[in-house]
Amino acid sequence: MTRLTRRYKFAASHRLHSDRFSAEENWNLYGKCNNPYGHGHDYVLELSVEGAVGRASGQVVNLMALDRLVNDEVLRDFDHRYLNVDIREFQALVPTSENILRVIEERLLAHWPAEWPRLASIGLRETARNSFELKAS
Amino acid sequence: MFVTRKAEFSASHVCTQPGLTPEQNRAVYGPASNPNGHGHNYVLEVTLEGEPDPATGMIIDLKELKEIINREVVEPMDHRFLNHEVPPFDRVVPTVENVAAEIWRRIEPAFGGSRAHLHNVRLYETEDLYVDYSGDRPGDRAGDRA
Repeated sequence: MTRLTRRYKFAASHRLHSDRFSAEENWNLYGKCNNPYGHGHDYVLELSVEGAVGRASGQVVNLMALDRLVNDEVLRDFDHRYLNVDIREFQALVPTSENILRVIEERLLAHWPAEWPRLASIGLRETARNSFELKAS
Repeated sequence: MFVTRKAEFSASHVCTQPGLTPEQNRAVYGPASNPNGHGHNYVLEVTLEGEPDPATGMIIDLKELKEIINREVVEPMDHRFLNHEVPPFDRVVPTVENVAAEIWRRIEPAFGGSRAHLHNVRLYETEDLYVDYSGDRPGDRAGDRA
């Protein structure tokens, strides 16, 4: 079994704030991530695709096509944006890394070609100290 | 228990399929299909699995592991043009997937008699692209898939 992992980067700002909570509750829950104008990160996104290697192509997946999909569905929208304002999904959803992973998974799977091997996992590094991983469904 | 040993080698390659036109190769491999080749600083991580020997406290002598990796991988591949100098890449396209699998085939027999067995080969072609290969189970090779 071969698992290919591809790393992408995007820079974006976000603010952790939920309308379900009071201002004080938001501050207690999210701390400085709740500061009113948001703040940013250089996110590192890692996709792992697992499957058989094509005998002719020598590839698990066409890398050019994978890059194009990630660029079209995620990077072009997310890079150098304020997630809370510029990305429709986060207008009603707190852009924690956990939720960003779920949104990225949804966007990718909605356009994932049926003949491709499965998306095995998605990783997101918010900072050098905070990393998240989603085993794709 | 797992033990991982890292090694590096630098090599050039070109990724094309002989039956495809230059345009088709570009659509599959992008700039990696440029005809005169290009190079990478490959980083290899070899992971063995086993139980430590009660006397030595070691799964494997790391010096021995280093020698196996050097003999089977680094010496034949470092500062070489894979397509021209390292079989089977004269007839198999040297994608990172295929180079990782070839490394597995080259080193796996060396652990036949030891306490440890080969668990995973991770090969970084660049910081942003790597594969993990842990051997083929029956049916893993996609015969007809492009």
